[in-house]
Amino acid sequence: MLALVAGWTLFPIYYMVSLAITPWSDLFRPVYFVTHPTLDNFKFVLFQESPFVKYFWRWLANSLLVSSAVMVAVLAVAAMGSYALGRIRFGLGRLVSGMTLFTYIIPASFLSIPFFKIMGDYDLLDTYWALIFAMTTFAAPYALWVLWDYAKTIPAEIDESAAIDGAGPLSIFFRIYLPLVTPTLIAVGTYAFFFAWNEYLYAVLLLQGESMITLPVGMGNFLTSDDAPWNLLMALSVIYSIPPVIFYYIFRRYLTHGLVSGAVQGT
Amino acid sequence: MADGVASARPGGLFSRGVTAAAGALSPRSRNVQGLAFSLPLILLFLAFVVYPLYFEVTQALDRYTYEVLFNDPIYVQTIVNTLVYVGVAVNVKLFLALLLSGLLESEGRATRFLSAIFLLPWAIPVLPGILSVRWMMSSQWGILNLISEDLGLGTHHWLASRWTAIGALILFHIWKYLPFWTVIILAARRGIPPQLYEAAAIDGAGVFQTFRYISFPLLAGIYLICSLLSMVFTLGDFTNVQLMTGGAPGDSTHVLATLAYRYTFRLGKIDWGVGVFATALPVTLLFIFILIKKIK
Repeated sequence: MLALVAGWTLFPIYYMVSLAITPWSDLFRPVYFVTHPTLDNFKFVLFQESPFVKYFWRWLANSLLVSSAVMVAVLAVAAMGSYALGRIRFGLGRLVSGMTLFTYIIPASFLSIPFFKIMGDYDLLDTYWALIFAMTTFAAPYALWVLWDYAKTIPAEIDESAAIDGAGPLSIFFRIYLPLVTPTLIAVGTYAFFFAWNEYLYAVLLLQGESMITLPVGMGNFLTSDDAPWNLLMALSVIYSIPPVIFYYIFRRYLTHGLVSGAVQGT
Repeated sequence: MADGVASARPGGLFSRGVTAAAGALSPRSRNVQGLAFSLPLILLFLAFVVYPLYFEVTQALDRYTYEVLFNDPIYVQTIVNTLVYVGVAVNVKLFLALLLSGLLESEGRATRFLSAIFLLPWAIPVLPGILSVRWMMSSQWGILNLISEDLGLGTHHWLASRWTAIGALILFHIWKYLPFWTVIILAARRGIPPQLYEAAAIDGAGVFQTFRYISFPLLAGIYLICSLLSMVFTLGDFTNVQLMTGGAPGDSTHVLATLAYRYTFRLGKIDWGVGVFATALPVTLLFIFILIKKIK
């Protein structure tokens, strides 16, 4: 039973790696084990030696740029929001938390076409701003919930004694709250980074120019051609997958926390 | 936890300080502060969630769009596809997650190893996974036909007929998202007090009875939430379908989001594209409100 699950889980990954090390000459001859393994495909990608990957480094840079910007924006928005909900605990907080929950649940694709239209009206199509706005909106709720969960466990007396010493809300936020939640901020920031890194729909809608697009859009564009070099595409896939895989393994404890596990404890 | 009046201890040296403390603010100034800190969030929500929804709903009031949609056989087919895809994929996946979480609950080297590799499909971005499966199913060069032929089952055009293509989508969905939901249900299982199992064991309950009378009733709430949540998420799926089949063969495997994309960008009919989502909006919003009520 365990072996069956392991086989099921690993097979597509095994196949992806196999194709990534398959030379051109063997690509159209399906086999169970690669007969002439090679790292040439990775070389072609890294040195941009095929028209399909001639913008590889540019795509990578675009992905890094958008993801980093989303990370910073989500951290700012979610840290402030979680401070408001978890520490200030104001009457209208229920409204704000309901709002974030709604944003978390509604499928982002349902908002995509109006979003595209609105970005067109503001002349923001084919700019990174559009994608950064969209990703920040959709990544912030989860980040906020994880932070909020943690913020609730900090004793209220800490804020109170700081306030006694004359600290205002801003200095409590910067000097006390942020240092206390730093480990969670790192986890949540990385989450936001890879949320944007993985995004396909909004990236394909909002970015167009061949040098403007992010990695996943570049990969998706392979499919528009009939003679797509699938071994290159899989080498690119492996490169693209490694950073998020490392992240998920480091932070898996944090990632299963938050929304749903909050509900676990609630019911 | 001390907050509000409880923390405003009276008297002495600290009284002036205490009234200035966050714990003793008037509800009104708390609201002002709270809203100030939530402002970026509120602005994002209004600009990029409420406004697009408003746009969608106002567009949806145009009756002509519906006449077009309901008379388009591709639209009707898409609704069927979406219902099958969401209904089968989500329910099979969650049922498997319920079983697997039971399997992984026991501590042991094998299960630890399994739970480690089991996270891979979830950790890998959706694109590489789906591209791998797509090539796997390629009728000429994919490994699936090699296996199928070696087993004496002959070769098939997996992605070239509607129902095998939808089957592929369902299998991929399960492969990709089963780990996440298993981990969630596993967390819920770990929350069940062990005393309950011990008591059941003392009373001589078997595996099935333990599940029937302890695990199941305690997991039912979270299982329902997971089902609803996953259904809403899957209802909006775009990437999997777009990259696996792109609606092919002959626009017969579209789901809501890919059909909306086709109407908007291939046919240039943005109001039809918006209309596709608008027709699904009432059900979706109903699910969302049930979920918000349950989770909060």
